[in-house]
Amino acid sequence: MEAVFQYISNNLFEGVAIILFGIGFTTLFLHPNLIKKIMGLNIMDSSVYLFLAAKGYIFARKAPIVTDGAAEMEKYINPIPTGLVLTGIVVSVSVTAVMLALTIRLYWRYHTLEMDEIMQIIRKEGK
Amino acid sequence: MAFPTNFPMISIISCLMCGVVCSILKKDKARYVTYGLMILLLILSGGVLSYTISVDSEFIYQMGHFGAPFGNELRAGVLEGVLAIFFTVIMFLSIIAGEKHIYEDVEENKINLYYTLICLMMSSLLALTYTNDIFTAYVFVEINTITAAGLVAVMGSGRAYFSSAKYMIMSLLGSGLLLIGITLLYDVTGHLLLSNIKEAVDTIAIKDYSEPFTIIIALITIGLSIKSALFPFHSWLPDAHTASTISSSAILSSLVLKAYIVLLIKIYYRAIGWENILETGVNDIVFVFGIMAMIFGSIFAIAQKDVKRMTAYSSVAQIGYIFMGIGIGNTAGIVAAVFHIFAHGATKSMIFTSLGGIKAVSGHSTKLADITGAGFRNKVAGVSFAVGAFSMVGIPFFPGFVSKLNFASAACEAGSVKMIVILVALAISTILNCLYFFRALIALYTPVRDMAGELREEVDNTRPTVKYIATMACFIAVNLFAGTFSDLIIKLITQGLKMFS
Repeated sequence: MEAVFQYISNNLFEGVAIILFGIGFTTLFLHPNLIKKIMGLNIMDSSVYLFLAAKGYIFARKAPIVTDGAAEMEKYINPIPTGLVLTGIVVSVSVTAVMLALTIRLYWRYHTLEMDEIMQIIRKEGK
Repeated sequence: MAFPTNFPMISIISCLMCGVVCSILKKDKARYVTYGLMILLLILSGGVLSYTISVDSEFIYQMGHFGAPFGNELRAGVLEGVLAIFFTVIMFLSIIAGEKHIYEDVEENKINLYYTLICLMMSSLLALTYTNDIFTAYVFVEINTITAAGLVAVMGSGRAYFSSAKYMIMSLLGSGLLLIGITLLYDVTGHLLLSNIKEAVDTIAIKDYSEPFTIIIALITIGLSIKSALFPFHSWLPDAHTASTISSSAILSSLVLKAYIVLLIKIYYRAIGWENILETGVNDIVFVFGIMAMIFGSIFAIAQKDVKRMTAYSSVAQIGYIFMGIGIGNTAGIVAAVFHIFAHGATKSMIFTSLGGIKAVSGHSTKLADITGAGFRNKVAGVSFAVGAFSMVGIPFFPGFVSKLNFASAACEAGSVKMIVILVALAISTILNCLYFFRALIALYTPVRDMAGELREEVDNTRPTVKYIATMACFIAVNLFAGTFSDLIIKLITQGLKMFS
């Protein structure tokens, strides 16, 4: 039992990240509502950043900002994963913006946010 | 450091700069800037290719001159040079041939933004070709997605927005999987540069890490194959191709889908190592889906009544060919797949742009019933559609034939099961290709007996411009070149792949 707890607490962030990834992915893929799809997208992307940040952090170490002269390397963490998270956030913000813009246009045109209703309207118009 | 080693960086930066500049220019000026950019890119890519051939090795450009494990790098070899030239030529010809349609389909004050999208798209294509850093690749994959969604939505109709949203959603699913795959790869190896990842993969025992590696390879493969519309994930492709303007369809089909495949081959070869891919068996799964795409894509294409939609489904089948080539598992298969990237790119963009000409003389429709006799009304478009159809079916002297021949000969080097499956699938797919392409071709060249005077008037108004005729001639020339001088291209691809590993 203790081993199980140990295992879970060792991999807590990674496990949560993967579960969140699954939730986000399924919502983005299967939910018909466009706004909820966008929420799913953001959950999915954030879960990857959680994963990266969790993997990049070493317990009881600091960000590599040297304030009082040179210090030994063992006190700091690698800043690259955090940098990647920042880059990723920028990317997902721009993707979200494009999706929201498309959603607004679709709402103006069809007065609904459900993908399958829009599809039905388009099919009717096509005939 | 010789001067040409700066060319990859200059070409990517100049694309981004032109994209920004185009957004504040008037439509005609934006067009001239884009055309100027394309000519510049042709010169730069030619410089890269000739330099890499003359020194017979790859070169690496370090961004900001930071050393290997920390800095960001661009890398160019023979294959990258050829790909950059190919991307530029096809992009240039597609936007010139569809110029008239861009001016008709896009809102008056947004035409310059279309050229902004083209410039940004070009930058992402070149960056995906040249980059040596896996996270930079991810960022440019997203730039590619956003610009492609913009190119689809550009028509401004409800249908276009819907197709664009659908494309974005499928594409974002793919990039989510790609991102988590890249993250896992980074966690296992601790590096972001492809060559450093390869070194790390070589030092750790793959057997101890076989599960993580299988998952990583599977995630990256599925992610990129959703984005390049491999068979079960192809549902966004026909809508996106049908809803957009002619140039956008040509660019989407010929370049956007291909850039992801290039990235996939690059990750396979340069980051993970081809032997490790074979060990995990992911290539067999890719092979199965490729074969299914070849057959089902063609069957769906037969069911279509709209020629543009039919051509879009044909793209699904042709993407299947490329993945099948990757899945064969020997070098000849990869060479054939890369050659098919060129063959399909050159041919499919020509078919789409010729459909633009056909559409103009058939009452703005590409329905099979409406295009009857269009080959007589717009002779240039008819001839280029015929050339494209011949190439896709696999008539000698056209690139489609050469790639089919290469696939068959690569199959003969593979195991007996794969050989039989490939040869049978090639035969079935060729027959199906014949069925739907020749049906469209026969419709194009069926004379309309009773031509109304009204229709004739329209014919005069929609006489193809000199520019259109010249671009279609260039397209036909490119196709004939790729078909007849295929030895040269295959030699370059083989040389480039050797530099890869």
